[in-house]
Amino acid sequence: MNAGAKKQMGIHLPRKWALLLMALPFVIYIIMFCYVPLFGWILAFFDYVPGIPLKDTQFVGLKYFKMAFSQSDDIVRVLKNTMAMYMLGLLFSPIPMIYAIFLNEIRSRKFKRFTQTAVTFPNFISWIIVASIASSFFSTEGQINMLLRIFNSNAGPVNVLGNENIVWIFQALLGVWKSFGWNAIIYMAALTGIDESIYEAARIDGAGRLNCALYITVPGLMPTFLILTLLSISNFLSVGFDQYFVFNNYLVADKIEVLDLYVYRLGIKLNCYSLATAIGIFKSILSITLLFSVNKIVKKVRGEALI
Amino acid sequence: MKAYISKQGIGSVLFDIFNFILQISLILLCLYPFYYLLIYSLSDPSEVSRGIYLLPRGFTLENYTQVLKLPGIFRAVLISTSRTIVGTIFSVVGCMLYAYILTKKELPFRKIIYRMTIITMYVGGGLIPTYIVLKSYGFINSFWVYVIPGAISAFNVVLCKTYIEQLPEVLEESAMIDGAGYFTRFLKIVMPLSKSIAATIALFAAVAQWNSWFDNYLYVFKSELSTLQYILYMYLTQVQNALKQLQESSLASMSNVVLTPESVRVTVTMLVTIPIILVYPFVQKHFVKGIMIGAVKG
Repeated sequence: MNAGAKKQMGIHLPRKWALLLMALPFVIYIIMFCYVPLFGWILAFFDYVPGIPLKDTQFVGLKYFKMAFSQSDDIVRVLKNTMAMYMLGLLFSPIPMIYAIFLNEIRSRKFKRFTQTAVTFPNFISWIIVASIASSFFSTEGQINMLLRIFNSNAGPVNVLGNENIVWIFQALLGVWKSFGWNAIIYMAALTGIDESIYEAARIDGAGRLNCALYITVPGLMPTFLILTLLSISNFLSVGFDQYFVFNNYLVADKIEVLDLYVYRLGIKLNCYSLATAIGIFKSILSITLLFSVNKIVKKVRGEALI
Repeated sequence: MKAYISKQGIGSVLFDIFNFILQISLILLCLYPFYYLLIYSLSDPSEVSRGIYLLPRGFTLENYTQVLKLPGIFRAVLISTSRTIVGTIFSVVGCMLYAYILTKKELPFRKIIYRMTIITMYVGGGLIPTYIVLKSYGFINSFWVYVIPGAISAFNVVLCKTYIEQLPEVLEESAMIDGAGYFTRFLKIVMPLSKSIAATIALFAAVAQWNSWFDNYLYVFKSELSTLQYILYMYLTQVQNALKQLQESSLASMSNVVLTPESVRVTVTMLVTIPIILVYPFVQKHFVKGIMIGAVKG
């Protein structure tokens, strides 16, 4: 090592540690709020009762993990609901992509921007507001029933919010309403990435708009669609909480209770802290495993990892 | 017109018409519900049973003046506003600075720190452990539980980091030669160049703060710290209580407009929604840009 390099390192060293010092508060923050709660996983292995120190409680090993699966009626029902919501979400997941293609065909820039602003808006309101709106439109006294009464004055009110048979599809459609505009943004971004010269070449060859859309735009968006779908697999047990929490009522409770809601009910309402934590751990481990497996498969197929 | 049709082809013109109608329907589908609630909240509650479609019936602002007088509402507006302002500042400054530090290759243990941050996107302690930890930090029944635990999210940090990484390095290098430290460079060079990503993060954080209610529901039991969303949730679920409270307050106000639980719920919903409506269109342009850069690069 020559003198110059030594000198350079000498200047470099304090700078480097100053940087680490700047990063330190953030690292401590992340440990405090993201990693310390992980130690709470230990609760799943004890007969924990709030108020009693952990050292005075009984170590029970995997009792609560076994219990989670032996209460099969509940867990099967809850997993069924969660899977149903995930599958419906998957079924509707091409909507934002299709919508982006249609929006892209609009010629007026101003109208395009206005439309995008309008349809993105519902993404920015809370599920409580959605529930309030839904109550204005779909409750027995709501707008929809009012309109139905105009056409058929004898018809009894339709109770959409309390109907067990349609709760899955209704919630899925609410989800689409709230987020399709927002989810379309990423496809709009991908659309700008498609090379304009491909379109020009196709047009010279006599391709119309339909052919351009089918054979250039759709294949151009497919990688984005596939990546998003693959990434969603690892989250298939986390279909959301707020939505089902605010739309929950005793008429639909059996069908709307997804895994996160069930964990909440066990932990907060029934005080089964250990059982709730055990199910939470199971969920985290499953989603991490899926994430890494999907990532590995993608890496093999595409040669480039997702994360 | 004829020339236009023959040039475009009839199929293409029909498609344009269809697409236009489709877009208009989607706009209505997304905006009419809010418009309906707005005209409902501007109507006299005794007249709404006759049906409201396009215009308010018996236009009045009485719903708003009376709702703001309901116990706790005005204070909730203050709490929601302050958590939104404080929380947004924490998020933007925290995420940007942290992301900036992470872009520096000379940061010791950079890889470990970055990985450690990313993992938090996928693993969490869960409901009960988080509650116990926050309790041990003294965050229960405190305003700080609204703004600190969620301030720095790995997702936003990644978004900022990708953005900062694509800024030309030359600018920072010239400032470095002038002897500027990291902090000065961050404030004077990186921040001004990152306005669109900062606006994106600010919007995300502000909306999340304004919409948040579950932290209120779980961790804060003092009514003087209740947020507007939480109060709306209470009105949504406990109609009977609301009605009682209402009768008491309308007796006191001796107004000729008598509120119903429906009209209170709708008016509170509008109070919660209006600020988003006012702010969102102005930031929309920025975040579309910010997201696009993040998405294309990431």
